[in-house]
Amino acid sequence: MSRVAAGVLRTLIPIALALGAGALVLLALGADPIDYYAFVLRRGLLTWSGLQETITKLAPLLLISAGLIVAFRAGIWNLGVDGQFLLAAVVTAALGPALVGAIGRYPTLIVCALAGAAVGAAWSLLPAILKARYGLNEIITTLMMSFLGTSLANVLIKLPFKDPATTVPQTETLLVPDRLPRLFDSTIHAGVVLAVIVILLVHLLMTRTAFGLRLQVVGANPRAAVHAGLNVGRLTIATFALSAGLAGLGGAVEILGVWGTVRADWNPKFGLLAIPLVFLARFNGIAVIGFVFFFAVLLIGGESASRRMGVPTFFILVLVGLLLVFLALVEYLDHRRRERTKS
Amino acid sequence: METLLTPAFVTALLFGAVTAGVPLLLAGLGEQVSEKAGVLNIGIEGMMLAGAYAGFVAAYYSGSFLAGFVAGGLGGAGVAALMALFCVRLGMNQIVIGIALTLGAEGLTALLHHFQFSRSYPRLDAAPALALPGLAEIPIVGPALFSHHWLVYLAVLLVPLLAWVFRRTHLGLNLEAAGQMPAALDAAGIGVLATRTFAVLATGFLAGMGGAYMANVGAGLFVPFMTGGAGFMGIVLAMLARGRPSWVLVGSIVFGLSLSLTTAFQVAGVNVPTDVVQMLPFLMVMLMLVLFARHSGLPPALGLPYVRGSR
Repeated sequence: MSRVAAGVLRTLIPIALALGAGALVLLALGADPIDYYAFVLRRGLLTWSGLQETITKLAPLLLISAGLIVAFRAGIWNLGVDGQFLLAAVVTAALGPALVGAIGRYPTLIVCALAGAAVGAAWSLLPAILKARYGLNEIITTLMMSFLGTSLANVLIKLPFKDPATTVPQTETLLVPDRLPRLFDSTIHAGVVLAVIVILLVHLLMTRTAFGLRLQVVGANPRAAVHAGLNVGRLTIATFALSAGLAGLGGAVEILGVWGTVRADWNPKFGLLAIPLVFLARFNGIAVIGFVFFFAVLLIGGESASRRMGVPTFFILVLVGLLLVFLALVEYLDHRRRERTKS
Repeated sequence: METLLTPAFVTALLFGAVTAGVPLLLAGLGEQVSEKAGVLNIGIEGMMLAGAYAGFVAAYYSGSFLAGFVAGGLGGAGVAALMALFCVRLGMNQIVIGIALTLGAEGLTALLHHFQFSRSYPRLDAAPALALPGLAEIPIVGPALFSHHWLVYLAVLLVPLLAWVFRRTHLGLNLEAAGQMPAALDAAGIGVLATRTFAVLATGFLAGMGGAYMANVGAGLFVPFMTGGAGFMGIVLAMLARGRPSWVLVGSIVFGLSLSLTTAFQVAGVNVPTDVVQMLPFLMVMLMLVLFARHSGLPPALGLPYVRGSR
C-alpha cells in the first residue's frame, strides 16, 4: 500500500467509524440516522446560506486549530482554549465600539485583533510559568484557567463592560459597517481569509524555520533539548503565548466578523472540539483545513437539525468523543501492524 | 458582613461545604488510586457525570438512594472500563482517551436527559439524614457536620481505610509498584495490567458515586454538565496530596468551603453576580497550585502504558 493511500485510510476510517457509531446512538434515541446526516449535509453544505455560515465558522476554528498545532508539536497540552478565546472576545467587544468613533474602522479592527491575541496569550502566562519553572502538569492548570476565564468573561460582561441600553447583559455592539469587511456579496467576512493565511504561516513556521524545529525538539524529547543547549523554559513560555495568542485572535475575529458583541453565558466551547481535527491532520496546518471544513459542516448542519429535527447539538459532542476514540484505536492498530512487519 | 456571620449562616455554610466537598473527596481519592498505579485519569469528569446520570435515574425509578449510589458507581465504572480497555490493555494515549470519554459522557448524558426529562425536570425527595447521636446536638457545628446522609460518613471513613490499604496491604504495594516501577512488579509475578485495570475501575466507581451524590443528595436532580469541573478538581487534589488520602480530605474541605461560599453568598443576598463567586473555587485551586507547585508529586511511570519487555 502506498504511503499516501495508507495516510488517507488512517484518517477516513476513524471518521467513518465515528459516523457509524453515531448512527447507532441516533437509532437508539429514536431518530433516523440517514435522515439526520442527509439533513446536516444539506443545511451545512448544499444550501448557499448554510455554506456561507460553514465557511464563516472556519475563521475561529482554524485560528484555534493553528494554536493547538503549535502547542501539540511542542508537546504541550493547551486545554484552556475556551477561557483564552472568551476573554479575548469580551475585551474585543468592549474595545471595538469604544475606539471606532475615535480612530475609525480599520485602525480599530487592527487594534482589537492585536488586543485579543494579547489577552489570550496573557491568560496562558500562569500555566506557562508553572510548567517552565516547576514542571507542573499544564493539562490541569490550563483547564482550571479556562473555567476561571469563562466566569471572568461573564463578570466583565455583567459589570464593567455592560451596555446600559440593554436588559440582557451584553457588551456594547460594534455595528455592521464597522466590522470586518465582507467578501463580495456574501455574509463571509475577511477574517476567514486571515485565518487561512495564519494557519499556512503557522505551518511554515513549525516545519520550515529554526524556531519551529526547536519547538519540535522540545516536544519530542525535552531532555535531549536541554542537552542540545536549548532554553526549554523560554521556549515553553513562547509556545504557550503563541498557542493562546492564536486562540485569542480567534475570539477577536469571531466578534469583529460575526457578532459585534458578547452576551453573558455565550460559550461556543470550540477548544476541546478542535482537538480531534488537529490529530486527524497529524498536526499538519494544510491538512487541518479540510478537517475543520468537515467539522464546520457538522456544526452548522447540526445546529439547524437541533431546531428542525429535535436532535440537540449535544450529539456533536458524542460524535467528537467517538472520533477521538476511533482515531486512537486506528493509530494503535496501525502501530501494531508496523511493529509486526518489522519483527 | 456582621449580619452574615449569624449562627444559621455559619451552619449553612459548613453544611454546604460538606455537601460540596464529598463528591470532590470521592473523586480525589479515586484519582489517587489511579495515579498511584500510573494512570493519569483525565476521563474522571466523564465518569462523575455518567455516575450522576445513572445514579439519578436509578434513584428516581426505584425510590432508593442506595440503589442510586450503586448505579452511580457502576455508571462511573462503566466509563472507567472503556478507559481500562483502551489505555491499560491497549496502551493508547491516556490524555486523548480521557478527553474523549469526558466529551462523550457529557454529550450522551445531556442527550439522554433531553429525551427523558427535559419536559418534566423531575426532582428527588430530600435525602434522609443520619444524625450522629450526641455529636449532632453540638450547637452550630453539630447540625452542619454530623447530620448528613450516610454516604458522607462512609466517604470520610474511606480516608483511613485507603491509607491503611496503601501502607499495609499487598494490594497497596502493588498499586504503588505499578506506578513507580512497573517492570519490577511484573518481575515479581504480579500482573501490571491487572493491577492498573483494578485501579482504574476503582476510580470510576468512586467518581461515579461522587457524581451520584452530587445529583441525588446535593441537587436532587440531574442537570446536563452538572459536575462543572469537579472531576478535574479531583485530579488537582490527587496531584497535591502526593499519595496521602488524608491530604485529599483536607483539600476537599478547602475546595468544598469555597464552593459552599458560592451558594451561601447567593442565599444571603450579597449583591454580586454569581459569576464572581463561581470563580472562587478555581481561584483557590490555582492559588494552591502556585503555593505548592514545587511539592506536587506524581509517580514516574504516570501516563506511560506498560508494555512487557520494552524499555
